[in-house]
Amino acid sequence: MTTYIGTATSRIDGHAKVTGTAKYAAEFNAPHLAHASVVGSTIARGRIARIDTSRARSVPGVLAVLTHQNRPPMASDDSAYKDDVAPEGAPFRPLYNDRILFSDQPVALVVAEEPEIARLAASLVRVEYHVDLHVTDVHRQRHSTFALEPVERLDDNPFAPPPPRGQPEHSLASADMRHRAEYFVPIEHHNPMELYASTVVFEDEGRLTIYDKTQGVQNVQRYVASVFELDPSHVRVMSPFVGGAFGSGLRPQYQVVLAVLASLSLKRSVRLVLTRQQMYGLGYRPAMLQEIELGINAHGALAAITHEATTVTSQHENYYRQETGWSGLLYRSEHARYAHKLARLDLATSCDMRAPSAATAVYALECAMDELAVALKLDPLELRLRCYSERDQHNDRPYSSKGLRDCYRRGAEAFGWSERSPEPRSMRDGTELVGWGMATGVWEALQVPIAVRIALTANGHAEIACATSDIGTGTYTIMAQVAADMLGLPLDNITVRIGDSTLPQSPVEGGSWIAASVSNGIATTAQAIRAELLHLAKAVPGSPLRDLAPDDVVLLDGRLVSKRDAAHAVSIADVMRHGGVDRIEQEKTASFHHTGAHSHNTHSAVFAEVKVDEQIGIIRVTRVVSAVAGGRILNAKTARSQIMGGVVWGIGMALHEETLIDHTFGRIMNADIAEYHVPVNADVHDIEVIFVDEPDGIVNPLGIKGLGEIGIVGVAAAIANAVHHATGKRVRDLPITLDKLQR
Amino acid sequence: MTRTSPQGRAEDGISLPEKLPVAITVNGVARQLRLAPWTTLLDALRDHLGLTGTKKGCDHGQCGACTVLVDGRRINSCLALAVMQDGASVTTIEGLASNGVLHALQQAFIDHDAFQCGYCTPGQICSAAGLLAEGRAGSAEEIRELMSGNICRCGAYPNIVAAIQQAMGQP
Repeated sequence: MTTYIGTATSRIDGHAKVTGTAKYAAEFNAPHLAHASVVGSTIARGRIARIDTSRARSVPGVLAVLTHQNRPPMASDDSAYKDDVAPEGAPFRPLYNDRILFSDQPVALVVAEEPEIARLAASLVRVEYHVDLHVTDVHRQRHSTFALEPVERLDDNPFAPPPPRGQPEHSLASADMRHRAEYFVPIEHHNPMELYASTVVFEDEGRLTIYDKTQGVQNVQRYVASVFELDPSHVRVMSPFVGGAFGSGLRPQYQVVLAVLASLSLKRSVRLVLTRQQMYGLGYRPAMLQEIELGINAHGALAAITHEATTVTSQHENYYRQETGWSGLLYRSEHARYAHKLARLDLATSCDMRAPSAATAVYALECAMDELAVALKLDPLELRLRCYSERDQHNDRPYSSKGLRDCYRRGAEAFGWSERSPEPRSMRDGTELVGWGMATGVWEALQVPIAVRIALTANGHAEIACATSDIGTGTYTIMAQVAADMLGLPLDNITVRIGDSTLPQSPVEGGSWIAASVSNGIATTAQAIRAELLHLAKAVPGSPLRDLAPDDVVLLDGRLVSKRDAAHAVSIADVMRHGGVDRIEQEKTASFHHTGAHSHNTHSAVFAEVKVDEQIGIIRVTRVVSAVAGGRILNAKTARSQIMGGVVWGIGMALHEETLIDHTFGRIMNADIAEYHVPVNADVHDIEVIFVDEPDGIVNPLGIKGLGEIGIVGVAAAIANAVHHATGKRVRDLPITLDKLQR
Repeated sequence: MTRTSPQGRAEDGISLPEKLPVAITVNGVARQLRLAPWTTLLDALRDHLGLTGTKKGCDHGQCGACTVLVDGRRINSCLALAVMQDGASVTTIEGLASNGVLHALQQAFIDHDAFQCGYCTPGQICSAAGLLAEGRAGSAEEIRELMSGNICRCGAYPNIVAAIQQAMGQP
């Protein structure tokens, strides 16, 4: 029964968010709360020679100044610092020793009675360094990289370069036309609106309740217990609301370590809020250089593709994702070769940021396809249709569903693509050049094991509990919708509890995998609730359901109803009263068996219009149509918002976002939200979101694929292609700022 | 000024600024506070009055998350020192609804899904309330321009514009 699933239901946490009652990590209070402030290193690589904290300590109200020399004990093995999603390598340990691994790395923590006092005192800590040479420029380091080993089977390491196919070099040599180019995306920072913060409440017997900004409360709980060798049952991590994260909160961030250090040291509750500037010392989207070569034969089919990527990681960890393989999902090509190299820089470790690697790699791929279409004098959409792949060529298997053709068709219709004049510089609106570009998007439909607890009470209310997070995606709301339908109750009778490490097990919230996973988790647990109710119902004398199995009944309008004959029904309240129970509770884990017979992906077709004032080079993205094949849509309203947000991110990636480093000092120059440009309201115009119908009975029982990432993928390419169409200029390094158009 | 000896000890110590009385009316309620001159209006609201609905996103007047109405005008409360608001009347997100009925903007933000994570939302709504009071915004283009001091990283901008247009259509 689907009363709520698929509808445009307003967020159930909306009231809390518009009235200011939704509380975020820095907004929880505790008696005798102390406040901490971080001192960051001014060098990018070297060692701390000496720290003078005397002036800081002389400030009235300062409680402690912690450094690597006087901090409480921390675990000594790398393994203790490995969180659930840590890459290979040695994780960064805040205030652990004298080594400096990146600029603005925390080197001291001041704790004081008031936040302003802590901040003043932090400015008085004097640090001397032994400075080592650093390198922070990926262009300088590109010839000192190391290669990732390709794998035979991607299932063995989904992030490794896929196995080669055929004889790409030979095929390229004999192709009728070739296109080869290099594309660049700079480092980008997530910049969620909420500052990274942890409020550590120090309780009896040293128990800690930590309100943390994170995408994974249980990941942080395990990590903190491990780093400080605490009894895991003494550490509880909460994040009922998360002010955006976009991947930056997948791994525990250093503020939680420092806040716990201070709390354990002082045996007091402590809050630490990072500054916006300090958040640039957390993770980031790695810069990437990509060389793509496409060979095509006379009738417009790809003969070969080679894709070589270089991405950025730190000196101490190897962060990478599937950078080169996306073309193997989108375009048929018998011959292919992939290579991925990592460049080590003296920076914090790069990390997942919305559609990691797909956002960057598909940008390069889709610009290359556009360039090929231009060279062939072929409509870019037509080229993609000619090269369309019905199979995942890396794993040689079909898709559980692939509604991409519908995306192309419906997106093109809504955009009016057939009206496009093919020649660059051929469309104008008054004094402005008009450009129309398009691109394809692809992401994975992932699922992860997840546990859900449902407590149903005789008054027809249900509480749904799971330790997942809602980072703005709408998890609260879709969980309530799915539960209401599965339990046959009104939406208002559902309470959702998430963001608490004591709730049933959930992995981190990321990769677009939570909607599918937790929804199927709710369905699985609701099934157990139904079975238990049926068991009770059968015990009622003369029960009309006595001969039925759990699959023969549904929960509907507060009743247990036979699927065979709707007249055969009993009310939940009566059943529970007769059974002498006022509460039924079940907890089940949903796991997802991947048979390997199909690949699971989401797709999109993105069409963008830009208007360019050629005299001053200003580019405006006046229209975007994003047509998405993302399986079953749970909530038409929040789903549209997810895609719209992804499109806005794509606009930022195409035109605005770039983390700039002064390589002399190895230090980020634009570490704030004014100098690091993100799109503002005036940058965003019409965005139309289309969901094509894409039933999928294979991917999971409810046919859900997830939408958090797919919205950004392809957008930057569609805009870059539109800019070329408008101006005739091909800018291959993002962002496309006006100076690059003037060159 | 204090000086630092070669040993790094503060010779003359550092004294904290004296706390001053501040009288502010917040959401219609007269409040008496004693605050250091360095305390911003934002921190006074969040840390001293427990009104955490007003958000800190940058502390530098760059993001707009801390927008409140002071004597009816929208300002970035992170750029205002609390002692300079002595005698002012401040409206925060907690003061917009009356008798449990949401302000038209609050309801419109829910209806149009004009937020995702919700962190910029109180600032967006207060800024929009200030915008409506200014009476300058008519077209969507004007709303976009005049709301560009409030960053929404989730990218809800088109929905924010739609919500404000809905609220403008109501008396």
